[in-house]
Amino acid sequence: MLETVILIVFAMIGVSLLLNLWRLLIGPSVPDRILALDTMYINTIALIILYGMSMGTSLYFEAALLIAMLGFVSTVAVCKYLLRGDIIE
Amino acid sequence: MTLLWIPLLSLLGSIISSTTGKLTRNQSTGLTLLMPVIALLMTISLAPAVFSGEVIRETISWIPLLGINIAFRLDGLALLFVFMILGIGILVIFYARYYLSSNDSMPKLYAYLMLFMTAMLGIVMSNNIIQLWFFWELTSISSFLLISYWWHKPDARKGAIMALTVTGGGGLALLAGLLLLGNIVGSYDLDVILASKEIIQGHAWYEITLILVLLGAFTKSAQFPFHFWLPHAMAAPTPVSAYLHSATMVKAGIFLLARFYPALAGTDIWFILVSLTGLSTLLFGAYVALFKHDLKGLLAYSTISHLGLITLLFGLDTKLAAVAAIFHIINHAIFKASLFMATGIIDHETGTRDMRKLNGMWRFMPYTATLAMVAAAAMAGVPLLNGFLSKEMFFAETLHQQLLGSMSWLIPVLATIAGALAVAYSARFIHDVFFNGDPIDLPKQPSEPPRYMRVPIEILVALCLVVGIFPNFIVDDVLKAASFAVLGGYVPEFEVALWHGFNLPLLMSAIAVIGGLLLYTQRRYLFQFQASLPSLNAKKTFDESIYRITKWCQRKISDSENGSLQRYLMLMFVFVLLFAGWPLFEMNQLGGQKQLTPIDVHNAMGAALLMVGTISTVIWYRARVVSLLMLSVVGLMVSVVFTRFSAPDLALTQLTVEVVTIILLMLALFFLPQHSPKESSSVRVVRDIAISAGLGIVVASICYALITRPLESISAFFLANAKTGGGGTNVVNVILVDFRGFDTLGEICVLGIAALGIYKLLVNLPLVIPASDSEGRPWAKERYPILLASISQSLLPLALMVSFYIFLRGHNLPGGGFIAGLVTAVAFILQYIAHGSSWIVARLTINYRKIIASGIAIALFTGVGSWFFGRPFMTTWFEYFDIPFIGEIELASALVFDVGVYITVVGATLMILASLGQLANEPKEEVNT
Repeated sequence: MLETVILIVFAMIGVSLLLNLWRLLIGPSVPDRILALDTMYINTIALIILYGMSMGTSLYFEAALLIAMLGFVSTVAVCKYLLRGDIIE
Repeated sequence: MTLLWIPLLSLLGSIISSTTGKLTRNQSTGLTLLMPVIALLMTISLAPAVFSGEVIRETISWIPLLGINIAFRLDGLALLFVFMILGIGILVIFYARYYLSSNDSMPKLYAYLMLFMTAMLGIVMSNNIIQLWFFWELTSISSFLLISYWWHKPDARKGAIMALTVTGGGGLALLAGLLLLGNIVGSYDLDVILASKEIIQGHAWYEITLILVLLGAFTKSAQFPFHFWLPHAMAAPTPVSAYLHSATMVKAGIFLLARFYPALAGTDIWFILVSLTGLSTLLFGAYVALFKHDLKGLLAYSTISHLGLITLLFGLDTKLAAVAAIFHIINHAIFKASLFMATGIIDHETGTRDMRKLNGMWRFMPYTATLAMVAAAAMAGVPLLNGFLSKEMFFAETLHQQLLGSMSWLIPVLATIAGALAVAYSARFIHDVFFNGDPIDLPKQPSEPPRYMRVPIEILVALCLVVGIFPNFIVDDVLKAASFAVLGGYVPEFEVALWHGFNLPLLMSAIAVIGGLLLYTQRRYLFQFQASLPSLNAKKTFDESIYRITKWCQRKISDSENGSLQRYLMLMFVFVLLFAGWPLFEMNQLGGQKQLTPIDVHNAMGAALLMVGTISTVIWYRARVVSLLMLSVVGLMVSVVFTRFSAPDLALTQLTVEVVTIILLMLALFFLPQHSPKESSSVRVVRDIAISAGLGIVVASICYALITRPLESISAFFLANAKTGGGGTNVVNVILVDFRGFDTLGEICVLGIAALGIYKLLVNLPLVIPASDSEGRPWAKERYPILLASISQSLLPLALMVSFYIFLRGHNLPGGGFIAGLVTAVAFILQYIAHGSSWIVARLTINYRKIIASGIAIALFTGVGSWFFGRPFMTTWFEYFDIPFIGEIELASALVFDVGVYITVVGATLMILASLGQLANEPKEEVNT
């Protein structure tokens, strides 16, 4: 049962990643692309957790944790760059 | 250990004297003298053993696998030189105290002199030829410092550069020669080389080895045609000249001839090269010396001439010639040092060294004049003085050689002519300076120098007399011991005596004296003749050739290195393509025997994302921000790939590095154009596409070929030993902090250096700050969005805790100091972004440079710590402890090492990003860098 669920969710996340990529490619504005990348990060968290579940190990948890904790920092940096240019003022 | 202490004491003396800046001149001199005096006493205590034929050796193993040891030996030859180096060195130091004016820095001169002394002692005492060469180069460098002591004078600088160029070039030839020698014999050990005469001289490389070694010796000893640097080195202070050109620097080349005499001499090519070089130098130097108006110029050419004489003696095919050469080494050192010092006094007291102005000094300084005249008479070879004895021996030996076959009689004739010239220039030195009428507008009113300034000269002149009258009294032992070493254990019967009866050498001496005096009285005609010759300006020729060589090199460099990064990359890629691609064509089949895994949807999707991300990065490379976003996709996907294929450590590292990279690029992009202009022509684009596609194909093919083949890699060893040998189950971390800890230490040092370099480059860098974004919109008003500020602030403790957790578990599970350091750094950088630098500075006064330094220090001392337990550098230790309520825990020294890694990473990352971020801030504030 769980395996089937994981497979289905895998497929869903895969589709959403591809859609993120699509948005990233067509834009049209830079904020659109930033948003796409940020969502991609979030989907990747799900992907890694799912992978850990399907393998039955917690070894990959920290990778997901790091993306969750620090992944948004790059988004922040790019946004700050667009707004103010200088990101460390 | 006594032997090692002799050069060490001298080196110590150099350090001591450089710290005497605040002391008085007498204290400074006294402290400087202390070390060489102790070294001299130690040498004297060793002398009896050496005189009895013993060779004292001391060896410390350094790089045993390369046959390189720190090895010292003291035989008769070395002993003689150590005596001269220390003895004359002590006198020169004492003399310099009175010579230097109060404007000149005394500690500086003393420190350089002592450094030079160390280098010379190292040369003469080395028992390993690579070590000998090291000290040889050290003499070149320290003599450069000494000659350019008055650095504000262009003459001194040029002279120093010339000396360094010529002797440094010779040093390179010598290194090549010594390496060949080591190769022929199979050892760099001097003992072995000196005992392998037959092997060396029978080898096909003998000629080239000999020529290279001789080039080193001849450039150092100012042999014709490499003599020209020596007169220009006279721009040095006179004590320096007295030291360098009597007993040390130029004698190093002579020492080399003597040192390798047992191994290299004895063949025709040796005799021809050495004797003819010596002969031409002897004549040339003596002739030119006669025409020099500058006192030091005269002495310089006289030195060249005497060095030629010694070289000639080494090149004569009689056994006693080498003995005569060694004897003349001693005598020349004594009288030339005293003459230089006397010249220094005259210069000091009158303000000039021009012999056309200096006349009649006898009346003003009779005492100094007497000393100088005795020394000059020794230089001329007048009986009862030491110069006479060795000159007689020299004349006698020229009569016994068979060098030029039936024309061998030419050599004694030419030797007599050179002797006459020596008498003539010595007569000029005496007569022009001390008599010959009245002085002509001297800058200063001459008088006798301070009492103690004369003491070194008195000692040396007394030695001239004692050696000249009672030759067996002092020099016999040391001469015999040195000859024993040079001739390889066999000393012919000889007797140094004042009177040998009426014989041919005596007649030659008489002819030389009378001829020389005649030459001097008739010098007007000679001077007229000399003036009619075209003048050769060594400095100009030297400058021009250096200029030409430099220009040529610059042209060649700019041809190959034009500053275009695209070009460098292109060249590198083309070569990778050639060298890595070529072997692929020689393979029959790309794929190996391994079974391919089936492609599932997830892998295919990940690969597609990677490929699209990569291609998009290239497509959008002109719009830089967009290109960066695409690059982030690649980075993210690479981390996912690392996770998928069981490399969690790499995944964690990649994720954190990704964040840091984006921040770094955003910081830099602020000052850079937002769009790359179109620069390449269509043809170039096609070429570049071809190269990069080719490279991609080659790399992909290699990867495919590699992963489809079963490979024995070293990972099995680490997997088996990580737990037992390093005490951790995370193999990656155990390799980093334990098995390859030394590499990691090197890497964090590089990281620290890079961070310092970036800081140094960025500090006070003037940059134009864009007033609006690329589309011309003004910047947003809100500097620190409140949402971001509060989130980032609450994230900090969480991030620190995670980083602590990752750090601690690193030894057994994915993590470790490097990743933890990056996590901490990102958490702090986020505070910078959210609150600005000034907010951080107000709350956190940290000096990142100190952080980096302490990180490296912790790592280093963890490694050093194992020494205290008698283990090699960086041996790790771990133990398991059972603690109540917590359970079994492991403590490992590698953990401390990892703390060092962690601290360095945090410091370096923050320093780089904070200095970059600081660039745009105006007005300049105090930053945590």
